[in-house]
Amino acid sequence: MTLLSLAHVTKTFGPTLALDNVSLDVAAGEVHALLGENGAGKSTLLHIAYGLLCADAGSMQVGGQPCELFTSPAEARAAGIGMVHQHFTSIPALSVGENIALAAGWPETGKRAERRAASVVARLSLPLDPTALVSALSVQLRQRLEILKALAADARVLLLDEPSAVLAPREVRELLQTLRAFAASGGAVVLITHKLDEVFAAADRVTVLRRGVVTYSSPTAGQTPATLARAMLGADLPRTAPRAAVAGDVVVRAESLTVGSVQAGSFELRAGEIVGVAAIEGNGQRELLRAIVGLDEVGVVGGTLRVTGPVAFVPEDRTTEGLIPEFSLAENVLLGMVDGADRWLNWSAIRARTATLLAEFDVRSGGPDTAASSLSGGNQQKLLFARAFERAPRVLVAEDPTRGLDILATHEIHERLREAASLGIAVIVHSADLDEVLALADRVFVVANGVVREMPAAASRDAVGDAMLGLSPQ
Amino acid sequence: MIVKGFLTRAARRDLFVTAGAFILGLALLALFLALAGFNAGTAISALWRGAFGSWYALTSATLVRATPLIVLGLAFTLASRGGTLNIGMEGQFALGATAATWAGLHAGSLPTLIAIPWVLSCGAIAGAAWMLLPVVFRLRFGVTEVITTLLLNFVADAVVSFAVTGPLQEPTHVYPQSATIAVSAQLPKLVDGARMHLGLPIALVLAALLGVLLWRSRWGFTLRAVGAGATAARVSGGIATASVIATALLWSGAIAGLGGAIEVTGVSYALYQNLSPGYGFTAIAVALLGRLQPLGVVVAGLLFGALEAGAGAMQRDAGIPAVAVQVVEAVVILTLVVLTRRGAAER
Repeated sequence: MTLLSLAHVTKTFGPTLALDNVSLDVAAGEVHALLGENGAGKSTLLHIAYGLLCADAGSMQVGGQPCELFTSPAEARAAGIGMVHQHFTSIPALSVGENIALAAGWPETGKRAERRAASVVARLSLPLDPTALVSALSVQLRQRLEILKALAADARVLLLDEPSAVLAPREVRELLQTLRAFAASGGAVVLITHKLDEVFAAADRVTVLRRGVVTYSSPTAGQTPATLARAMLGADLPRTAPRAAVAGDVVVRAESLTVGSVQAGSFELRAGEIVGVAAIEGNGQRELLRAIVGLDEVGVVGGTLRVTGPVAFVPEDRTTEGLIPEFSLAENVLLGMVDGADRWLNWSAIRARTATLLAEFDVRSGGPDTAASSLSGGNQQKLLFARAFERAPRVLVAEDPTRGLDILATHEIHERLREAASLGIAVIVHSADLDEVLALADRVFVVANGVVREMPAAASRDAVGDAMLGLSPQ
Repeated sequence: MIVKGFLTRAARRDLFVTAGAFILGLALLALFLALAGFNAGTAISALWRGAFGSWYALTSATLVRATPLIVLGLAFTLASRGGTLNIGMEGQFALGATAATWAGLHAGSLPTLIAIPWVLSCGAIAGAAWMLLPVVFRLRFGVTEVITTLLLNFVADAVVSFAVTGPLQEPTHVYPQSATIAVSAQLPKLVDGARMHLGLPIALVLAALLGVLLWRSRWGFTLRAVGAGATAARVSGGIATASVIATALLWSGAIAGLGGAIEVTGVSYALYQNLSPGYGFTAIAVALLGRLQPLGVVVAGLLFGALEAGAGAMQRDAGIPAVAVQVVEAVVILTLVVLTRRGAAER
């Protein structure tokens, strides 16, 4: 039975056609993956289904009954639709039970809310202590809370917007099992993801959007990653040239190093190699990377750290740490070079150089004088890489450089990282996505619970994943 | 060439918006006066006459009033571009005036070419010194300069009060004011028979200098970067934000102190209590109206100087309280805030 059906949905934002005559059917017992590049319209479609956005045209059915398109999330929830957003929406200072009560619209508060939430937790068999404070929960448990909140009001349809972005591999697997179990109990799931392996692991059907148009909709069985990627991009993903790892001079040398509260130990990094740092947020990788960059926010409290500069840094948060959004692109390029700038600035030279970089790194923009805030996330990241290369660095440190980027932009960033290594730069790249680390890195470091260790070259994917979670090797 | 550097398309649009807001403010004042039963035409023409109506009005009233507003507007601009808020310009102005008076009283033996730079420097140094405490509080204890600079205004008031009844009081010890400063320390008049003095060209040079420094020098770039995005400046630019903040505040204090020194050496020739009729606060409006662009500050300072000069004439000729002009100032600022908000929302 079709639980949720959207038909001929069209949505425009100003002159932009975000969704063009899109239809989506999700049956009971089905996990339906929704794929597409950034800006393809995936989130827009789910937001319309959840009543967060109003479509210009289209119709929907819920549980086989035709109904008006929702105009608010409250209507969607009343009709049995729950949504898990890309970013956590819980209140850290409240308990799990209180957050569930808020989301479900229960009148209870405090202990009574927690008691009522306990019954939901039991019914959905998603173990989580209703009295625990959200601020004390791990990332995985917060995600579980988001699902509990979405399902608390007896939802039969669960919409999820990139739920796996923040999770470790083992946690992703558990999440997908949870979704499968929910579908097996008669529910329907729509899952937005960028990761094709998740589609094959969990989805019965897949719908691909490209620029607001459905380019593909079929059962997952019989598809391959290549066919789906082609449907998303409209073309094949460019091939990656094989890269021979060349280890050159030692450019980073740490001895019995402790930075802040992180025990980094002893290691050497060489020119021309890519070192992947696998870690889940908040385990100490930030301290390690920033100590190598030489930022004074974390101090070396023990041992020694020698870094041969110049060092280029692509920070995690593009718009508060990497760029000044209201500054022009030329000013933002200068920002990364300001330590070597002349006392008097030669703006025509800086503008000209910026224009060259924008062309070389394929940054889509209105030119050197446009504000950085006008760029998309992928183009902002390309600008940051252009600036990093411009420093002619010996060491390049990149924090989670593909977070939030789509397949094509991710591919371009990966190519830049490989290019940097082949130019003889020691590349240190952190990612919360284990597959990304494994795909890029010549050597893998894992940071868990404030301890850094290098994984043996032969370590399996699962062994690295377990190490990320701080589990001891079996 | 200088103008080309910082008068971007956005800046030109800002100027246009500012002018529009000003005209709207005047129109609303006229409406307000008409509703209150005054003859709006008489009032506005008195306002105009007092500000621009004659060569004398322009050179003895408008431009004299505009000078401190421009200087203090530049002080506020510098601090704001570095991400700080100097609400204490009234106090730094008073301290600068006090120090300049002290120096001017003892400058009788110096030739003018030395006396004037010396007296003005004393004012600037005193203004910067008055900023030391806010800088230390901000960097050491994380206390926002908004609080400290504002509170120091009251302390500065007390310092001036003490000075004019104590160490700097005129020799007869009758009036709460200082004696007249040495002639060699007085700023020369620019036009015969008019009160306009060397302070105006100094203010204009200062504006040009600030424009060039902020947009053409590495120093100005780091300052603006810290103001626009302190985290990015630190992480991506490796900029020592604390020292930039200290620099912005100290120089802002120095410029405000210079403003006080110019007022003493150009207009009053002596220290009084309440030397400034609130210039330090009006100048915040001037700077915001000028969109924190030195050229814009000059234009806004001239407009506000004209308004204040015209207000006096309006009171004399049309019997309308001079404070009515503050309505225009408020309307201008509110109009501008609304227009900028809408502009930001549309972008």
